[in-house]
Amino acid sequence: MTKENKETSNQPKSKSRRRFIVQSGLGTLGILAIGTIVFRNPLRRMSYGVAETLIPPYAGKGNKANLWLEITKENNLVIHSSKVEMGQGTFTGIAQIVADELDFDITKIKVIAASTDSGVTDLLGTGGSFSIASLFTPLREMAATMRELIKQEAAKKLNIDITKLYTSNGTIVADDQSITFAEALNDVKEWKLPKTPVLRPTKDYKYIGKPIQRVDINEKVTGAPIFGIDAEIEDMLYATVLRPEIIGSTIESVNTSAAENMPGNIRIVKRKNWLGVIADSFAEALAAKNEIEINWTTPDKIWTEDDLREYLQVGNGNKMITQKVGSQLKENEEEFSLEFTSPIGAHAQIEPNGAVADVKDGKATIIISTQVVFITQRQVAKALNISSKNVNVIPTFLGGGFGRRLNTNHAVIAAKMSEELGRPVKYFFTRKEEFQNDTFRPPTHHIIKGKLGENNLLEYMEHHYASGDVAVNSALMPGITNTLMGTDVGAMRGGNIMYNIPNRRAVQWHRTLPFATSWWRSLGLLANTFALESFIDEMSIKAGIHPGQFRLNMLEDDSKGNRIKNVIKEVLKISNFNDKTNGNSAMGLAASIDTGSPCAHVAEVSIKENRIKVDKVFCVLDCGLAVNPDQVKAQCEGSINMGISASLFEKMTIKNGAIFPENFGAYQMALMKDSPKVIEVKLLQGVDDPLPVGEPPLGPIGAAIGNAIRRITGKRLTDLPMKLS
Amino acid sequence: MKISFKLNGNDKTIDIDGSTPLLWAIRDKIGLKGTKFGCGIAQCGACTIHIDGVAVRSCIYPTEMIEGKSVTTIEGISGEENLHPVQQAWVEEVVPQCGYCQSGFIMATAALLKENPNPTDDEIDESIRNICRCGTYTRMRKAIHRAAEINLKQAEDIENDQRK
Repeated sequence: MTKENKETSNQPKSKSRRRFIVQSGLGTLGILAIGTIVFRNPLRRMSYGVAETLIPPYAGKGNKANLWLEITKENNLVIHSSKVEMGQGTFTGIAQIVADELDFDITKIKVIAASTDSGVTDLLGTGGSFSIASLFTPLREMAATMRELIKQEAAKKLNIDITKLYTSNGTIVADDQSITFAEALNDVKEWKLPKTPVLRPTKDYKYIGKPIQRVDINEKVTGAPIFGIDAEIEDMLYATVLRPEIIGSTIESVNTSAAENMPGNIRIVKRKNWLGVIADSFAEALAAKNEIEINWTTPDKIWTEDDLREYLQVGNGNKMITQKVGSQLKENEEEFSLEFTSPIGAHAQIEPNGAVADVKDGKATIIISTQVVFITQRQVAKALNISSKNVNVIPTFLGGGFGRRLNTNHAVIAAKMSEELGRPVKYFFTRKEEFQNDTFRPPTHHIIKGKLGENNLLEYMEHHYASGDVAVNSALMPGITNTLMGTDVGAMRGGNIMYNIPNRRAVQWHRTLPFATSWWRSLGLLANTFALESFIDEMSIKAGIHPGQFRLNMLEDDSKGNRIKNVIKEVLKISNFNDKTNGNSAMGLAASIDTGSPCAHVAEVSIKENRIKVDKVFCVLDCGLAVNPDQVKAQCEGSINMGISASLFEKMTIKNGAIFPENFGAYQMALMKDSPKVIEVKLLQGVDDPLPVGEPPLGPIGAAIGNAIRRITGKRLTDLPMKLS
Repeated sequence: MKISFKLNGNDKTIDIDGSTPLLWAIRDKIGLKGTKFGCGIAQCGACTIHIDGVAVRSCIYPTEMIEGKSVTTIEGISGEENLHPVQQAWVEEVVPQCGYCQSGFIMATAALLKENPNPTDDEIDESIRNICRCGTYTRMRKAIHRAAEINLKQAEDIENDQRK
């Protein structure tokens, strides 16, 4: 029995396309499911959403009820999440949102990542910092609808008028009677959807806006087997894969006879670009892999770092003006310019990529750490030539995401091996494979020009930025982005100038590189903000104006401008900002706005024995309503530490056609010793609803550090990672 | 070959190629998944365990070398009721994000505190050299100091009980 209701709550019109379906019998007795249907063309909307740095709405799939909220017979609640948990705290936020609207004890809530079989699939995947922001309203509406449904059933069972009932922590209470949600739902066969669920007023929130403990904390301090790499299917084999080291090469010839004589019942699966070595244990597969003799073809071009830099630079590739206000600087006009670069960056998430695949009888089960459950399903189905319906993707907790798990080609490789061997196969990357087959953060090149006007503020500014693919060629945005936008909306993140400079423009020079590049936490924001905010800082020095005041004077008096001003003013205040160098230490300021969340950092940096040390960072973020302020702060701290790592240490390079280095250690990253002892975060709430959190604080950190170094050494460092000599 | 040792306090014998890195014996032969694979060359620390109380990176440690020794993994440091003080501190400071590297850090910290019950910031920097990609270092430092406090408090409580 299905009923629909097009009306929703008292939400503004733009959000009122959502409608709910309720369906019984999706699971065992006492289970209630509510689904959402939205938008005819979510991908198209999403492209625009991302391009305009608006938050894309939840994009569901299909027109059947999906299992979202499940009340068990024991009166516990299971939330089937359309988003995966990769550390960002989304499961906790989701639990808080539902607990408040449904009126449920949060300790009795379990959040799990929905498998494709359960129906809840988000075409957006998990990323872009959109999870909580995009689910905040739909989840509350869903929970409110469910609350009213439960009250209706309770009214029938208790034979009391519904207006006399109220909810309390998973029970329905009347004057002298009470009934649990599970009891109220028991045996219900037909559902009647309530009209307009009224959402709870903010003042009634018990969980939203509070620093609630992470719902996954216990598993994560006790080593529970929650990650993709921990998954097992009975009778499974272990696989490792050999791939070409040289960009563009494929397998020419291979001799596997020595390997096949190694212990562990070695099996080989060979394709054009990869060779799978499968054994009874992973250690045996690795040992056998070392015995493989393989010749790779020599590609037409052996790439070097110099080739790459020549290939990828401002002036080359697809030119697209992404911002244009006023007029352009004239030729020969006196101007100041700086050139910036950022390197190829590795995701370097600690859990290697991989999947457990079981393919038999025309069906496939894939257990995997993925950010794109839906795309993983589609790609495996396509590769096996079976219907998507016959591929169940079961997402696990992710041992880091950062954009790396938006591409899950390894699920296809695992599925192909399982299909050929007729056994379940667990395949995961070695670290070398991980480093050489990453979907890297593309290198960038920036030229920024500017000219001060008579008021000593910038009169002209131009940002030219060259980047490899971020969103272009991403399976997440198939083709639509290119044709709609003509530019790479991912590389564009943070590329436009946020200051109200009378004549300003931003120009993107996009080129697809010979190796895969894609989304890396914050996309273009890290490199773009490093360049822009370093340049602004340099101009403030030229103008002889305090760096904070220089910025504030150039920001508009509209809502966006004021929110940026507020984070800058607040960070100057809490850091007790001082523009003067203090011996071998100084402070640096930088700010940015990303996906609607402005953020400003002040970094306190010192130089000792020629080593750059970030001693302290002050961070102010306006992310609207912070559903969990403690976890928002955790995201700020994490972004700052990851940003320090990228700004001071991380760099991949191309040598003789291959990408190096191959492992941690050689790929330098920030360790405990490099992390600031104190990170002080202050949150502002400039708008009512939640905005993105996980990436915006990555924007300003590089420039904040560089601006401090400029004050200590007098030198402007323009290349990431920043090195003193 | 047969290898006998103590695992999390219990006698254990396994039959395995002695050169197999201990990490794989623990994860796939014995089935304890809390010890993680990160790099395979002892750089990231995700596979940190204790051998006779000392922190060891198990991904390069041949299994044959544990004969007669005592191995402790993340699954073995807490009691049935209570978490280990380091785990308690981790909960109090809400350290984990993705959580993947955390077993290794917790094991490295537990070993450090056994040797140096109240480490300074510099001593923490010197000895905790695992990698956390989520960047939870700032909270970890607080949690390490907090764990030292919990340990100290527990030691005092025991002493006070004995005096009574």
